[in-house]
Amino acid sequence: MGFPHKPHPKETVVLSQYFGDAEARTHKGWVKRGGYEALSQVLKMEPAAVTDIVKESGLRGRGGAGFPTGLKWSFMPKDKKRPHYLCVNADESEPGTFKDREIMRWTPHALLEGTAIAAHAIRAEVAYIYIRGEFTEPWTIMEQALADANAAGVFGKIKVYLHRGAGAYICGEETALMNSIEGKRGNPRIKPPFPAAAGLFGMPTTINNVETLAAVPHIIKRGAAWYKGLCLSNPKSTGTKLFSVCGHVQRPGNYEVTMGFPLKDLIYDMCGGPPAGRTLKACIPGGSSVPILTREETEACLLDYEGVVEKGSMLGSGGVIVFDDSADMVYQIMRLTKFYAHESCAQCTQCREGTAWTTKILERLLGGQGKTNDLDLLLDLAENMTGKTICVLSDSCAAPVVSGIKKFRGEFDAYLAGKRQPVMVG
Amino acid sequence: MTHSVSHAEDYQAVFTGKVLEELQAVLQRYPTKQAALLPTLWIAQREHGWISDRIMAEVAEVLGLTPAYVKGVVTFYTMYHQHPVGKNFVQVCTTSPCNICGAEAVLKALLEQTGAGDAGATSPDGKWTIVEVECLGACGFATPVLVNDDFIESVTPEKVPDIVRKYR
Repeated sequence: MGFPHKPHPKETVVLSQYFGDAEARTHKGWVKRGGYEALSQVLKMEPAAVTDIVKESGLRGRGGAGFPTGLKWSFMPKDKKRPHYLCVNADESEPGTFKDREIMRWTPHALLEGTAIAAHAIRAEVAYIYIRGEFTEPWTIMEQALADANAAGVFGKIKVYLHRGAGAYICGEETALMNSIEGKRGNPRIKPPFPAAAGLFGMPTTINNVETLAAVPHIIKRGAAWYKGLCLSNPKSTGTKLFSVCGHVQRPGNYEVTMGFPLKDLIYDMCGGPPAGRTLKACIPGGSSVPILTREETEACLLDYEGVVEKGSMLGSGGVIVFDDSADMVYQIMRLTKFYAHESCAQCTQCREGTAWTTKILERLLGGQGKTNDLDLLLDLAENMTGKTICVLSDSCAAPVVSGIKKFRGEFDAYLAGKRQPVMVG
Repeated sequence: MTHSVSHAEDYQAVFTGKVLEELQAVLQRYPTKQAALLPTLWIAQREHGWISDRIMAEVAEVLGLTPAYVKGVVTFYTMYHQHPVGKNFVQVCTTSPCNICGAEAVLKALLEQTGAGDAGATSPDGKWTIVEVECLGACGFATPVLVNDDFIESVTPEKVPDIVRKYR
């Protein structure tokens, strides 16, 4: 439901059913709502059978990549010779995204139950939940929930620990996250080897997002066929998804809809559209790392993995950033590249230099000091920042620049031609 | 290391008594001592307020790492303070989604009304350090502000005087 707002009739409420319900946070309250039934069922099952159900459901990773969850679990070694690990990615830091925070705040036991189910399926003895350092409130709630779940003995032999991040967006990248748990700088690792072969402490590891795991108990309880049936468009995208909507809308918040739901209805019906007197100008549909959509593309876009790609962007994490006609796209794109420049781990040259120079050039352009070939220079830099580094942070910085120049070129040209009042930044 | 021997003698070790017991419990969660580094640094910062070179040396010692290694990790993460900060450490998100909802005005109001003046600086009375940070992960509640461990949602310039009064 559109927390902190009332549920909207067009929502399909599964994960967010108990958002705003403080009793659901407690172990007792969660059990009263049918919680931990799926886990006790799973602990009696063969791990492979659990993985098969998740595979059959069509569930895909909700952290941004959309990789099929059951398939990911099946990559873990069948003959268990070494310890297996599960890492839960609760390092939610993608600008525009704030869904995992709400899951942890209101339904911490849903995450813990999904975590234990996944650990059983991949035969992991230990699961680490990596929570970003700034999430002080979700941390406290998760800590309490974990203590209560342990006291109730719900996890069987599985051990679940919380691990606090310390301020680094890049630690949401799965290999950086593992390095961070190991007590290292959060530099992403080169793949292969993939985590299922050599992950945390060099052992077979699976990394799943909070929202992905929170969906798992529902799939176990209600069946793969039910989950698969939640689909409005492409059959490769199933289930419900939480969309965090922010920026220029009247009712920002988290809204849960069935895959394939129209983006237009999300923005206008659920969120009330842009403020009175304003019109929609642009939208970033999947967190700041994906290309920007124009108004026309936004209004024709269906929210599933394939539908957003068809319009030239990506579903990503489901963080929808809305810009109305008052937004200065050049300034906002600079603000995004500044984010990536700040968050670059600096190990790859293309990213370390590229994110910083992109930002400097955009700042010069905004300040009225742009040079005639600056846009070509930005596009050239973007080309060299795409597909050439260990992780995709660099690509993510290039995405809004390339789509921004392509779709809102007039605004860039206006700064270059001195037709816009320079903005002093830096 | 930059500390002198006499300085080292004045140093009050952090990891003794109950804090050491807490560290022992943390170590149980990981197969290596090194993996306990982030949680150990969090404990050190809670106890001392910031992470000095001397504390890094102590952390290195208790975890069997080198001080240089510990420093490399400390400097990677933004939330470990490498300098003393004010009594109230305030983080204001100014990334795009909050930016278009007026985050820069919130930052300006905080800097002016606390006397901190500049982002990153500490107010002359030692009570406030205000920093501009990237995405706090609460974009639908623009502008989120983190005062120490208190996460405050939907802050506007109009709400700043109340925050300043509350924490002063």
